[in-house]
Amino acid sequence: MVAFIVRRLLGAVGLLLIISAVTFAIFFLVPRAAGVTADDLAARYAGKTPDAATLTAIKERFGLDEPITTQYGKFVKAIVAGDTYDTGTEKIDCPAPCLGYSFRTNQPVLDQIIDRLPITMSITAGAAVLWLIAGISIGVLSALRRGTLFDRAAMAVALAGVSLPVFFTGLLGLAFVVHKWHLLPEVNYVGLTENPAKWFASLLLPWIALAFLYAALYARLTRAGMLETMNEDFIRTARAKGLPEKTVVVKHGLRATLTPILTIFGLDLGVLLGGAIITEKTFSLPGLGQLALDGINQSDLPVVLGATLFAALFIVLANLVVDVLYGVIDPRVRHS
Amino acid sequence: MKSPKVVTSAAAGAVVLSLGLAACGGGDDSSGGTSSAKFDAGSTAVVNASDKKGGVLKMAQPDDFESLDPANIYYAYGLNFTRLYSRQLMTYASKPGTEGSKMVPDLAEAPGTPGDGGKTWTYKIKRGVKYEDGTEIKAKDIKYAVARTFDRGVLRNGPSYFTQLLDADGYKGPFKDKDLDKFKGVEVKDDYTLVFKLKAPFAEFDQVVGFSGQTVPVPQAKDTGTRYGMHPVSSGPYKWEGDYQPKKGGTLVRNSNWDPQTDPNRKQLPDKIEVQAGLKAEEIDNRLMAGTVHVDLPGSGVQAAARQQILTNPKLKANADNPLAGFHWYIPINTKNIPNVECRKAIVYAADRAAMFRAYGGDAGGQVSTSIQPPAVDGREKGQDFYTKADVNFTGDVNAAKDALNKCGKPTGFETVMVFRSDRPKEKATAEALEQSLARVGIKLQLKGYPSGTYTNEQLGSPAFVKREKVGLGTYGWAPDWNTGYGYLQPISDKDAIVETGNANAEELDDSVVNGKWDEVVKVQDPAQRAKIYNEIDARIREQAAILPNVYAKSLLFRPTSLTNVYFHAGYGMYDYANMGVTG
Repeated sequence: MVAFIVRRLLGAVGLLLIISAVTFAIFFLVPRAAGVTADDLAARYAGKTPDAATLTAIKERFGLDEPITTQYGKFVKAIVAGDTYDTGTEKIDCPAPCLGYSFRTNQPVLDQIIDRLPITMSITAGAAVLWLIAGISIGVLSALRRGTLFDRAAMAVALAGVSLPVFFTGLLGLAFVVHKWHLLPEVNYVGLTENPAKWFASLLLPWIALAFLYAALYARLTRAGMLETMNEDFIRTARAKGLPEKTVVVKHGLRATLTPILTIFGLDLGVLLGGAIITEKTFSLPGLGQLALDGINQSDLPVVLGATLFAALFIVLANLVVDVLYGVIDPRVRHS
Repeated sequence: MKSPKVVTSAAAGAVVLSLGLAACGGGDDSSGGTSSAKFDAGSTAVVNASDKKGGVLKMAQPDDFESLDPANIYYAYGLNFTRLYSRQLMTYASKPGTEGSKMVPDLAEAPGTPGDGGKTWTYKIKRGVKYEDGTEIKAKDIKYAVARTFDRGVLRNGPSYFTQLLDADGYKGPFKDKDLDKFKGVEVKDDYTLVFKLKAPFAEFDQVVGFSGQTVPVPQAKDTGTRYGMHPVSSGPYKWEGDYQPKKGGTLVRNSNWDPQTDPNRKQLPDKIEVQAGLKAEEIDNRLMAGTVHVDLPGSGVQAAARQQILTNPKLKANADNPLAGFHWYIPINTKNIPNVECRKAIVYAADRAAMFRAYGGDAGGQVSTSIQPPAVDGREKGQDFYTKADVNFTGDVNAAKDALNKCGKPTGFETVMVFRSDRPKEKATAEALEQSLARVGIKLQLKGYPSGTYTNEQLGSPAFVKREKVGLGTYGWAPDWNTGYGYLQPISDKDAIVETGNANAEELDDSVVNGKWDEVVKVQDPAQRAKIYNEIDARIREQAAILPNVYAKSLLFRPTSLTNVYFHAGYGMYDYANMGVTG
């Protein structure tokens, strides 16, 4: 098992390096190929419309006139060894791992990411718990009661859930649940360690809105998987051996169904941890997604680049965890 | 001044009217005094007057400040807000009604004393006024504050009057060379006396000094340049608790070194002031009505959904004000990208003023505008219509537009880009209304939205961007920097006012007639004669179809019942933020 984890870990590091190179190329090589000048790129670094002297300084500072490989080398070096940035009026240290410095917000990118991370993690973790519990439970029950009123109703709700985006259910929730009926407090992020009760209460609506979408999806996936699994020979064998139905369903049926669900869960979790953009925007929560969106709106290249890399990191990590869990759920993966 | 601002003669009329009503009927004093909560009471009087201390004042905004460095702000709401933590030589009087547009001493002991025929202005500052760390504010700190505005590379957003008016040619600011003696535009006579030296006489210099935060003292040793706005040193009633987090917010707490005896323009009532950035505009409205947010920082009024809710609910309506906010929402037509005046005329002819009026909320949203100067400006004339009709039912003159297109040599129309602030639904609706009406004559608009925080500096306010993106039109709002034709028109029409960033002359007008009049008017001593010239400039801009007039804004402002000392401030065109308190 340890060798399996080490193998996956090394693979993940390699994958991150490739992603960083590709991301860097997207931001620097592709625009240059499309005719964007070094001045234009420097302007994106500078943020606000700079004068010619500032552009020249930035070009020199980041080597924007140098070959792309040299630029990438500097970028990786900053991540590994840190860097110092000259704002024109003072020098700012950016210790390793330095993902760059935003001349627009006047902060190192990593500091901003770390500041926003707890919000995105809170949204994602709470919603994930909800959608896993609701989605898988409903999916299993629907499969076991195939064709019943419960099954039909659950799948109809699931279809609605998949069809309704977060910005719709979220705004509806805000308008009615919060402002009209006052069933939940307004959505204002409070740190988990600062006030756990307020943290829970203020995030409940975003969790429900986000989980509604995903739970619907997971319910349908679980139902389909369970229907297929419950017709397998080993289930019949388990029943023939006289195992209790609960054991047959949970230990044999559900366990086999979980593998594909876990794969999707890993991807979903990784994507959301990289920034639950729509949920954050709908509920005005300043998480990683909002940070990336603000970076895009303001052409703040270092922030966009940093947020992209961080999102990739989450996806890789989530998949790593999923790979490890495969080994736990399915012994064949461990032994392969 | 960018965005929400100033009162108008109509509002002044309302003051006179309310004076009369108070005299007849007694009851509340709404003549700049106090009033109980009722619809529009806050437009002319202090509502919920109270000196009760304590509580947390909560302010929110959909986007974010340009900066919190007082010298690096041009938005009226930002200038209004900075008074909570900073003091300047002169400032607007903290009074309701038209008194609010008058400039009064703040750090200065008295208004400036002109000398050398108006080419020098001397100010004596109050003794014993302190920064948040207890250090006394000296004249050299104000000289430094003015000097740093000369480096537009660092302070990109603020007004550029000092660089235009002061006799300091060639000075590049104190960031590259810290020797302040090289700055000759301001002379420090002693610790409490400073003299501004101008290139030419300028009668309205007290207004230049007072309308923005560019004379807020800055201790040179603590100036971090581009990063100063994250934690400016306080000289006002509140100071920052930690750094301000862009796009998130920050908290102001009491400044124990602020002395109310030296400051009649501000109060220190709430214990804390929490600022939240990035809250959706509609959500801010909901929270205002619920009383969980006290102030909508941009101060431009509630959105369409809340407006309907408020105007149809007597209880909510009693807590709303609907003043003429003082600024004119208009459409600058870029004369560099659309150089042919006939093409510009075609745009003005074809514009559906009725749809644009509705986009701003109809009667509750404003008045259809005639002149470029809003009614509040001293000596402003109503003006005549050029190529358009200031009529709420005017949907454009398609035939006249087509004739203009023929004369312009583009009979089938042309394409151009129109920009707007994407987080301002009214501006988006205006752009869409214009897109539809111009399409009738073959003028195709490509609409592009940008965030408020960057719009006036980096998109519409950046000639380089406008040129690169071929921007022909934009949505824009302007209010007088101060209450004269100079304070309103000069930044938006003089070729000398065109700057690389934060450019307010968005039409990039460089018209010899207009330029000539600007050169002429600064030599005129008689205010009435100056006003006449301002009106001629106003007419010339419309004749050149450089600006399509739209609406004089009326804001529907909501004040939660828990908010005290609320009144519409004529100087800023929104509630005065420096004197508010909260109950409960």
